[in-house]
Amino acid sequence: MALPDNDTMAAIAVTRFGLGARPGEIDAAKGDPRGWLKSQITAGPADQPPGDLPDSAHRVVANHDAMAERMASRSRPAASTSPGLAPSPMMAGGDAGGLQEEFMARAQLAAGASASFRERWVMFWANHFTVSAAKGEMRPLPGPFEREAIRPRVFGRFENLALASSRHPGMLFYLDQAQSVGPDSLMARSPAKDAVSIDGAKMGLNENFARELLELHTVGIAAGYRQADVTELARALTGWSVGGVQEGGQAGRYMFRPTAHEPGERAVMGKRYRDTGETQAVSIMVDLAGHPATARRIARKLAIHFVSDDPSPVLIGELEKAFTASNGDLGQVAGALIDADEAWAPQAVKFKTPYEFIISAHRALGVAPANAGAIIQPLAGMGQSAFAAPSPKGWPEEAANWASPDGLIKRLNWAEDFAQQVSGGSREPIRIAQETLGARLGPATGAAILAAESRPEALAILLMSPEFQRR
Amino acid sequence: MTRSIDLTRRGALAAGISLAFFGGGAYAAAGDKKLVVFIQRGGADGLSVSPPIGDRNYRPLRGEIAIPDDQALKLDGDFALHPKLTSIYALAQKGQARIAPAVAIPNNQRSHFEAQDVLESGVTQVYGSTSGWLNRTLTAMSGRKFEGMSIGNQAPLILRGPVQAASWSPGPVSRGERLPMILTDLYHNDAVLSRAFASGLETEAMAMTAGATMQSGGARQVAAQGPAAGNAQARQLGTSVAGFMMQPGGPQLVAVSIDGWDTHANQGGVDGTLAGRLAYLDSVVDGLQKGLGAEWNNTIALVVTEFGRTSRINGTRGTDHGNASTAIVMGGTLKPGGIIGDWPTLADGKLNQGRDLASTLDVRGLFKGALSQHLGLDKRQLDTVVFPDSAAIAPATGIA
Repeated sequence: MALPDNDTMAAIAVTRFGLGARPGEIDAAKGDPRGWLKSQITAGPADQPPGDLPDSAHRVVANHDAMAERMASRSRPAASTSPGLAPSPMMAGGDAGGLQEEFMARAQLAAGASASFRERWVMFWANHFTVSAAKGEMRPLPGPFEREAIRPRVFGRFENLALASSRHPGMLFYLDQAQSVGPDSLMARSPAKDAVSIDGAKMGLNENFARELLELHTVGIAAGYRQADVTELARALTGWSVGGVQEGGQAGRYMFRPTAHEPGERAVMGKRYRDTGETQAVSIMVDLAGHPATARRIARKLAIHFVSDDPSPVLIGELEKAFTASNGDLGQVAGALIDADEAWAPQAVKFKTPYEFIISAHRALGVAPANAGAIIQPLAGMGQSAFAAPSPKGWPEEAANWASPDGLIKRLNWAEDFAQQVSGGSREPIRIAQETLGARLGPATGAAILAAESRPEALAILLMSPEFQRR
Repeated sequence: MTRSIDLTRRGALAAGISLAFFGGGAYAAAGDKKLVVFIQRGGADGLSVSPPIGDRNYRPLRGEIAIPDDQALKLDGDFALHPKLTSIYALAQKGQARIAPAVAIPNNQRSHFEAQDVLESGVTQVYGSTSGWLNRTLTAMSGRKFEGMSIGNQAPLILRGPVQAASWSPGPVSRGERLPMILTDLYHNDAVLSRAFASGLETEAMAMTAGATMQSGGARQVAAQGPAAGNAQARQLGTSVAGFMMQPGGPQLVAVSIDGWDTHANQGGVDGTLAGRLAYLDSVVDGLQKGLGAEWNNTIALVVTEFGRTSRINGTRGTDHGNASTAIVMGGTLKPGGIIGDWPTLADGKLNQGRDLASTLDVRGLFKGALSQHLGLDKRQLDTVVFPDSAAIAPATGIA
């Protein structure tokens, strides 16, 4: 496959692989577009959002305390009957659970990041391992989950990323794993004796996490597992839980509860696993992470995210090969993506998600998000509420989903407002367009920007142009 | 809907001029047959939507989440509706709502994503079609000037396909006139953007006359503000949908997605998580039905989900992914009758794989029944265009 010219490659590197150009960024990438991207692959952790944000345990406990206080002030019985095994329901008003603070910090990082390919790579994995506040009581957790489980490991081995995700309180709560109890475990047989029994109710298995671990995080349904495999994995996972607020230093942190673990050997996808307690599920997950179906699925998802809703089999094959050959080393996979000629097709066919659109608009005009409301409200209107993907599958990728009539109107309305509020400095709008799109700026859009009757109109045209909406 | 962009209305709104009820055309859509499909995303628990109070295994299986006999809204000796479905119950008492208590998609594997795909694509092969069956219904109705619209800010598969369907969600309205014209030019060579944008502009213009006045950021967000506010917003959403359907050139086929049915833990009974979602659904239906006025007699509304849930309560006071669930069929001129399809019972040997309600009706049969009896689609179109390779699936009879 023939590569586009160097200037176009620089524009593609910054806008397709990255999160959109900040002033001067495309010029900086012109020396070596591929090298510009590869320099962002790091052995260490990815960037963290600015500010001194509390960890997940503090978020969970603080939210629980705020909730209990609120209940008490209403002179209702406080939530003391609940041992805090689930994060408390969100509070009305204010920044319940710190979600806005977390989202704002993440958006500021994205809007200002110089290594924006790395940040897009983080976004991909955070979406692959979705933890969503669409479940109301989850508000304290998607932010810390991303910071603690995802960001430190995005260029490490897939297996470690999957394990970290699976042992984070965010995931354990989101997919109901924290409260899953083996039907024949000690805890289920004598619930009254255990301090963490849930309101004295009968306890048992919850297979939600096991199913999504198979279907979404690793092998995918095409691998041919059965309901029995889901149930067996759910049994193996029993005991993987989170400390309650009455469990001292464990509160809001991952912990293994031996008494909740279902005793016995398990069989998943044709392989038997001895009962080794906590590590029984680890052994299964290691095999799932290394399964050929996982390599294939990840390769396909990456190709769809970065290049096309209908990616070329060649590209998928190259990514799959890199994943398998490196034993799931995600830095190697990122390198293979950059090396693949198919990833550099000159035609931009990916349609930005609302988050990508709003972040890239801030980058183009060189501004940081003004406040949480200024981005959270419009994102909700465009269908991408902050940290609230509709399901464990995460946000959809396809243009067919986002380029809806209503979606475009919502973008138009926001672009008009944004262009009124943000001037982009003293640069001429056409200069901003050239710096934002580089060689991808087409003559029709350029002419329309030059013919605009006001600066806000010119900027709104840029933001709504097909070149800017796609990447 | 006309294919030109009505910038006059857009401009008039910018000037603050109200165009509501500006002419005699408001009822031009009267007489057209209409179909609304509500999709409950997440797998709604049919045994809570319409508790089978006459089935002796219902209470033992359900334990604490069973609906008490004295609170269930009884349809007959065998079935009831959930206590929160008061508006739908009122319709049922007038013979304008019925249930199909054991409906399922073909080849259910208990995956939300695959099951929703099959439910909306109308084909049995997972990810086997990039168009949805409501979109292909538009194709099959060609020549009769039918329009489709989805409610929400993303385009659901059920209405994706060759015919551009409209979409709408509540939100602020923009001011300018020039920008839409300039962008229409710029999108000229981008087929996806150009047709979606044109449709969006038409809908925006129509929203003004349709009285679609809801503001702010969407149903999920509103629902988080508490049940009372959520239900008022839900009713307003239903009214807005009706407003669009009453417009000249307004949509006859409408898809509305409602999230939040995946109740693995603490799903509740008469009150609780699931009850809240049912109250929301009931309010949307109420707003729609009242908003349609006399046109309710030309309308059928279906409520469907991708799958039901386990018949037995699980270890965390919820239910896991199952098989058959309840569909609700409503309309002003519904044929009277009891349940649609058979009841397989919850007896031990009758459960699907020993855990879920078995299916007695392929959901495509329900859809085909509505499309043939209500919209008049013929068998060939139903068996080949709308639901390919489905000749073996008979339409449900006696609906309209």
